[in-house]
Amino acid sequence: MTALLRVEGLTAGYGGVPVLHDVDLAVPEGTICAVLGANGAGKTTLLRTLSGMVRPDRGRILLDGSDLRGLPVEQLIRRGLAHVPEGRGVIDELTVEENLWLGGLFRADRRALRGPLREAYELFPALYARRRHAGHQLSGGERQMLALARALVAKPRLMLLDEPSLGLAPLVVAQIMALLRRLRDDGGLTVLLVEQNVRSALSVADSAVVMAQGRVVAADSAGALVGDDALRHAYLGF
Amino acid sequence: MDRFVFLTVYGLSRGAIYAAFALALVLIFRATRVVNFAQGVLAVVSAYLAYSVSGATGSYWLGFGAALVSGLVLGAVVERVVMRRVEHAPPLNAVIVALGLVLLTQGILGMIYGNQYRAFPAPFSTVAMTVHGVPLMTRYDLFVFGTVLVLMLALAVLFTRTATGLRMRAAAFAPQVSRLLGVNVGRMLTLGWALAALVGAVAGMLIIPTGLGLHPTAMDLVFVSSFTAAVVGGLDSPIGAVVGGLVVGLVLSYVGGYLNSASTPLAVLALLVVVLLARPGGLFSASTARRV
Repeated sequence: MTALLRVEGLTAGYGGVPVLHDVDLAVPEGTICAVLGANGAGKTTLLRTLSGMVRPDRGRILLDGSDLRGLPVEQLIRRGLAHVPEGRGVIDELTVEENLWLGGLFRADRRALRGPLREAYELFPALYARRRHAGHQLSGGERQMLALARALVAKPRLMLLDEPSLGLAPLVVAQIMALLRRLRDDGGLTVLLVEQNVRSALSVADSAVVMAQGRVVAADSAGALVGDDALRHAYLGF
Repeated sequence: MDRFVFLTVYGLSRGAIYAAFALALVLIFRATRVVNFAQGVLAVVSAYLAYSVSGATGSYWLGFGAALVSGLVLGAVVERVVMRRVEHAPPLNAVIVALGLVLLTQGILGMIYGNQYRAFPAPFSTVAMTVHGVPLMTRYDLFVFGTVLVLMLALAVLFTRTATGLRMRAAAFAPQVSRLLGVNVGRMLTLGWALAALVGAVAGMLIIPTGLGLHPTAMDLVFVSSFTAAVVGGLDSPIGAVVGGLVVGLVLSYVGGYLNSASTPLAVLALLVVVLLARPGGLFSASTARRV
């Protein structure tokens, strides 16, 4: 299997202070790769670098073979890379429907987006009931659903998900993980999933990397990592 | 009572112009958190261009069209060439740059056109029409109401019904997220400034004939009144700007009509102080609803 996303020797940081050191990563098409690690390990910075919000100092970011480095942030979605940021990135002042529309506007006009929007509502019926509500009126779970739905309207090849379980009830987290599994199995979606919730993440992931202090300290299949007691104790705390 | 009715209509007519000008301030503030202090002088530049075009062609409406076009172009150029350089600096930098632009532009206008008031014709009669012997409103007031109404409806349609409007709102509310969704935030900013300057130019074209005439500083007092209107409305609420504009227009009309016209600048400042003391967020501030 070829890797849809390949990261080689990525070093990046803020204001000349590197946060990521020499990160290597490969995510095969149609798989979910979890990025695990403690607070401050560099997980969010990794995603921000992949989506162009942080400029890398060194290294390559290859999406299906072409280098993404140096592209403006707004171009990356056109290359098939959707980033759902931590805190979900729902635009509070816009309605649910406007948020969804915005998700697909870069590739189609409003009329052509009716179909994709209908699909999103079928996937998340709760959003349909709330479609005229403003973003700030939604519950935490609904916000996460909206962020996911909006990313799906973009029909991305690779989805970067930052802490989708943050602050959500276990039942909602389970629903979201089940949905990711379904999108991978039925739709061939590729996901890079940053999670603090290690158990949930490993329950859906095919592979995982463990980060500590800006470096990848372990990379393996999800099953192998669950079985590696020493690693779990050292970096994942369970 | 007759006088009250007349002053009310007069106040609403001026207020409609303040509302339009305040709306232009809100457009930029919402997107950049910067009050565009140069907006008055940009409108004056458009008015001078209109003056020149009208003078050369003999047609008021060609001049009016020139003002609209020049508003769009000026707004875009000022954003691209000047304001973009202070975009990521503290807001005070943008304010100082804008004030510098005001001084520079007023100086240049004075060099080109001279620092005297020039008569700026109104396209319609400014003599009040009487209804049952009571002076009510002028044809020019009707023109003002109609123009501002069309302008506001066009902006409402743009922002709520079109893809570009949706992108502009998204870029203003959440620039980072918008970029992730493929919105070219820089382009939206330029477009926002162009639109704001267009609206400002229309407001200038409407109000300059009602004052002393065309002068490099012709919009200074209008700016203060409209800024007050925008603050009354909360600075980031379009509806607030419209209501604020009408309120300021009415207050100034009553003060000018019942006290004397020399106290109107004081009245604006008094209103500004009262609003800032009582409701610093303005009457329609969205920021309280946003912080959930």
